[in-house]
Amino acid sequence: MPAMLSTQPHGLPHPHMQTEQGPQQRQFNPYTENGGTILAIAGKDFSVIAGDTRQSEGYSIQTRYAPKVFRLTDRAVLAVNGFAADGNMFVKKVRQRLEWYRHAHAKDMPLRAIARLIQTMLYARRFFPYYVYNILGGIEEDGSGAVYSFDPVGSYEREACRAAGAAQSLVQPFLDNQIYFKNQTPAPGTSHPTHLPLPTVLKLVIDSFTGATERHIEVGDGLEIYVVLAKGASTQALEGIRGIQETTVTNDGERVFIIQRELKKD
Amino acid sequence: MNTFASRFSSTSAGAELSKAKAIAMEDDDFSDASWGSEAGYGSLAKGVPTFSIPSVADPTAFLRLHTDDSSDPNCRIKIQHGTTTLAFRFKGGVIVAVDSRATAGSYVASGTVKKVIEINPYLLGTMAGGAADCQYWETYLGIHCRLHELRNRERISVSAASKYLSNLVYGYKGMGLSMGTMICGWDKTGPAIFYVDSDGTRLKGDLFSVGSGSTFAYGVLDQGYHWDLSDEEAQELGRRSIYAAGHRDAFSGNTCNLYHVKEDGWKFIGNYDVSKMHYEGPGDVPGSAGVAYGYDIRVEGRSSADS
Repeated sequence: MPAMLSTQPHGLPHPHMQTEQGPQQRQFNPYTENGGTILAIAGKDFSVIAGDTRQSEGYSIQTRYAPKVFRLTDRAVLAVNGFAADGNMFVKKVRQRLEWYRHAHAKDMPLRAIARLIQTMLYARRFFPYYVYNILGGIEEDGSGAVYSFDPVGSYEREACRAAGAAQSLVQPFLDNQIYFKNQTPAPGTSHPTHLPLPTVLKLVIDSFTGATERHIEVGDGLEIYVVLAKGASTQALEGIRGIQETTVTNDGERVFIIQRELKKD
Repeated sequence: MNTFASRFSSTSAGAELSKAKAIAMEDDDFSDASWGSEAGYGSLAKGVPTFSIPSVADPTAFLRLHTDDSSDPNCRIKIQHGTTTLAFRFKGGVIVAVDSRATAGSYVASGTVKKVIEINPYLLGTMAGGAADCQYWETYLGIHCRLHELRNRERISVSAASKYLSNLVYGYKGMGLSMGTMICGWDKTGPAIFYVDSDGTRLKGDLFSVGSGSTFAYGVLDQGYHWDLSDEEAQELGRRSIYAAGHRDAFSGNTCNLYHVKEDGWKFIGNYDVSKMHYEGPGDVPGSAGVAYGYDIRVEGRSSADS
C-alpha cells in the first residue's frame, strides 16, 4: 500500500542501512486510483444510474462490494468514480449540504440546483482537487429524466448518457452507438427514436457492464443499478425484475429503485 | 504562531471555546448561514469564493504534479484541453463561433461541450483551456454583472465586465488557472470583444481566435473578413472557419456552435456537425452556398463513379 508520504531513496536499497547521505526525493501523494466504472442514461421520464461494486488498487482487489452509486434524494442519484476515499467523503459532504437545504426550505433541492452545488463544491477544491469523476442522474423539475456529468474540478454538462471510470473508453462508444445511434443509418422511411424505453435501457446497462467485465480487469464482482422514475411514470417495466428494491422515502411522486446483479468475479 | 503552544497557552472558558471552534473549523469553515437558506451556495456561501489548499510547502507544485498533463501524461487528474473558438466584430454586431470537442490526452472526452458561456442576455464568454475554470469564473462574473446592474441601474459595459474578470484571474496568477476567453457583447459603445486570459492579458480587438485550432481558423477568417460583411456572410464565415479548424486540428471538431450578438442581445444561430459540413455542407441556412465545404471540391469530376 502506498503511504501518504512516500520516500524513494536513490542508489541505496535500504534507507535505514544508509551511512552516507544520498539524494532523496519526497512527495506528498494523497491520491490513488480504485478502478471500477459508472454509467448513467436519461430517458423521457426516468433516469438510470449504475456502477460496478469492485474496488481495487493496482492488481489487487480490496473488496468485492464497495458501492459507488448513492441515492441523494428521491429524485437524485449520484455515482462517484476515481479515488474511493475522496468519493465517499465527497458524497458525505453533498448529503450534508442537501440536509441543510431541507431544513431551511422544507423541500428537497431540485436536480439542476444539486448539479450547480456539486460544481461549486468541486471547484472549492480547485487547488487540492477531489480525484473523482461524478455523474448525477435523476428527474428534473419539469419531469424529464436527466444526467449531469462532471470533471474532477467541477466543469459540468447535461447529457443523455455518460460513462466514466476505468472502462469509460470501452463503454462510451457502445452507448454512442446504441443510445445516440452514432454511425447508424436508419432504414429508408424510418427514423431513430429520440427516447428509448426503460426495458431497452436496462438491457443496455447490463450488457455494458458484462462487456466491460470481460475486457477490463478492474471491472466486475457486482452491479448496482438505480432507477429513478418521474412522478406518475409507469412501473410496469420494473415489475417482475429479480431482486428489485424500492428505496423511496417521500411521497413526492418520484420513486427510486435498486436492482442488484452479479458480475464475473475473476 | 505555533499551534501546539497556542492550544495549551490558556485555559479560560472563552479561550477553550475559541479553540474548540478553531478545531471544528479546521477542515471546512462554514459560516452559520450555511445551515440556513445559504446551504445551496457551495464555496460561495460567504459571498466570496474560498478554496482549500493542500498543506505542503509549494501548493502550486503539488497541483502541477497531479494535474498538468503536458509535463506528465500519466498524471491522474486530467483537465480537459484542446479547442477552437473565434469571435469577430463587424457592422452587424459580433459573431461568436466555437467547436464542441473536449479531449483528455488523446481520448475524446466529449463531443457536445458548450464552449459559449451565456453570462447574461447581453454578454457571452468563450471557453478555451480549463473547462471548469472558464465555467466557474464566467458564471461568477455573471453574478457580479447582475450586482452592477442593481447597484448602478445600468448594464455593465463589456469593457468593465472583462476587466473585472481579468483582475480576478490576475489575483490567482501562477496558481495554475488556465483560461483563454473572449468576452463579447453589445453596450453603449456598440459591439465589443475583449480577449482575457489567465496570464492577465486583456486586449480589445475586432477579431480573435483562441485555442489549438486557432491558426487554422485565422487562415479562413483573415481571408474572408471585412467590416461590411452582411449578417449572413458573417455567420457563414464563422461557421466555415470553425469547420477548417475542426478539419485540420485533431483536438478540435465534432460540432460548431454559432452565436450572433446584436443591439438587443445575443441570439443562438445553430449547431452544425463538422463532418456533415465536410460532406454535405451546413444545410439550408442563411449565407450558405448550399455546397459541401470539403468533399465536393476535392472529388468533383475526379471519381470514376461520376463519369
